[in-house]
Amino acid sequence: MASRATLDSPVKQIQIEGLVVLKMIKHYQEEGQGTEVVQGVLLGLVVEDRLEITNCFPFPQHTEDDADFDEVQYQMEMMRSLRHVNIDHLHVGWYQSTYYGSFVSRALLDSQFSYQHAIEESVVLIYDPIKTAQGSLSLKAYRLTPKLMEICKEKDFSAEGLKKAMIGFEHMFEEVPIVIKNSHLINVLMWELEEKSTVADKHELLNLSSSNHLEKSLQLLMDRVDDMSQDIVKYNTYSRNLSKQQQQKHQYTQRRQQENAQRQTRGEPPLPEEDISKMFKPPQPPPRMDTLLIAGQINNYCQNVKEFTSQNLGKLFLAEALQGHNS
Amino acid sequence: MSVYGPVVKIHPVVLASIGDSYERRNEGASRVIGTLLGTVDKHSVEVTNCFSVPHNESEDEVAVDMEFAKNMYELHKRVSPSEVIVGWYATGFEITEHSVLIHEYYSREATNPIHLTMDCALQSGKMNIRAYVSAPMGVPGKTVGVMFTPLSVKYKYYDTERIGVELLQRTRDAPNASSGLTSDLCQVGKAASRVQDMLATVLTYIEDVLSGKQGADNSVGRYLMDLVNKVPKISAEDFETMLNSNINDLLMVTYLANLTQAQIALNEKIVVL
Repeated sequence: MASRATLDSPVKQIQIEGLVVLKMIKHYQEEGQGTEVVQGVLLGLVVEDRLEITNCFPFPQHTEDDADFDEVQYQMEMMRSLRHVNIDHLHVGWYQSTYYGSFVSRALLDSQFSYQHAIEESVVLIYDPIKTAQGSLSLKAYRLTPKLMEICKEKDFSAEGLKKAMIGFEHMFEEVPIVIKNSHLINVLMWELEEKSTVADKHELLNLSSSNHLEKSLQLLMDRVDDMSQDIVKYNTYSRNLSKQQQQKHQYTQRRQQENAQRQTRGEPPLPEEDISKMFKPPQPPPRMDTLLIAGQINNYCQNVKEFTSQNLGKLFLAEALQGHNS
Repeated sequence: MSVYGPVVKIHPVVLASIGDSYERRNEGASRVIGTLLGTVDKHSVEVTNCFSVPHNESEDEVAVDMEFAKNMYELHKRVSPSEVIVGWYATGFEITEHSVLIHEYYSREATNPIHLTMDCALQSGKMNIRAYVSAPMGVPGKTVGVMFTPLSVKYKYYDTERIGVELLQRTRDAPNASSGLTSDLCQVGKAASRVQDMLATVLTYIEDVLSGKQGADNSVGRYLMDLVNKVPKISAEDFETMLNSNINDLLMVTYLANLTQAQIALNEKIVVL
């Protein structure tokens, strides 16, 4: 899913301000409960090989009674207003929340492609609120690999196209490392907050109960694997149909030749060669892009599950040490 | 501080926003002002969002771009329809006469608006985040003045916000004020070391009490009892079985995940490439 070794893209690192992180968290907390995703726009600028994200603003949810709602207009207005107060108004990407790590979808691909096409350095930030609630901020930045960009540009999603470009599910997105930077004033604020606020540390990270989260993740994984197997079945039927058709074509031409030979011996004019391709229409090859997306998603789920289990193993051993001490 | 009026609960995102707009203020402006958005309760006002409003201030007059404020509020309402204008903020240490005028404007927008000040110039070495509400004063019949009475300020966090803030706290120790996001096992290690630190503090306290350096406090003693009793007493075998079954579950899941990954890689090789 993420290939970190070969980052030959213009952006090598993402620098986010604390303010952006807080805004994203707040947006999800207030507006997005359940499986809905919340989205927003990232603003900032590009400095050498770093992408600095200095501010963001949320996008309203799409509701049915917003027929006359113009997204573009909202965005334009927002950016114009922000320019008045000296906030960077350059669009550098967008963010999205995710439910248990399921974000590899056609919609995401399309949006990221249009962004990256317009602005070369743009990224999509994926914020996982459920993982964050378990104790540690989960924020990842992704871009499309140049290979995938090529494919999207030509809109050639067939099997041959993908084969030509040699794209596996691991080369679809590349992850960019994130660094959080705070200005000194904000650092002062952090010190003040620590002093003033009496919110106790809740230590969710050391929570031992894992089965709920694990169950949900595994269920999503199973759904995806089901999708994948359906896809595979479709592909198999297609290749079987194709080979059957080839056989039929072959038989037909042979029969034709035989008949022609017979007619020649009998002295009759040979039958006209009919256009074979018109008679046997080749079956439609199934689209391969979905398979790729599903594979990528499955990979992502597996990664998340593995991370989760490694954390839990550590916690279990901690608990064992504690018990061992007492008994 | 006298507490008259509602308690003000602020989210950290608001303070970070104010700090950020202070850093980006125009040349020559000594302070920035802006609108506070949030929700009003019976006894408290919760401030969850804010945006800055351009304004010009000179010795005798002050001009606030009200159109802008209205526009921004409309835009923000599209995203979070439940937020209303609850007041306004200004950076700076004192309340000036201009503040009174601005406050009047905001009283038209919201009932009983809150005025928040945050000293970003650190005049007294601290940030001094304070909230006020206006109350009329004066002799009835003559010119009525306005007095700003202070309110008590509390900080409210959502759970996820708290975790985010914790991460941000780490940047204040780093030399170039930046920090990366850590990976799974490191985080468990860090959380464990935090608990370890806390236990160390408690232990030093206990030792002091035992050696007579500090007087014993009964309530603390009761907390300690609770703490020790919270570690569940399970027989060694039961615990072993529980531990092993859990470990087995996790290992199995890891194995399955690896298997799935291998499968899709294979599938890819066969079908696509």
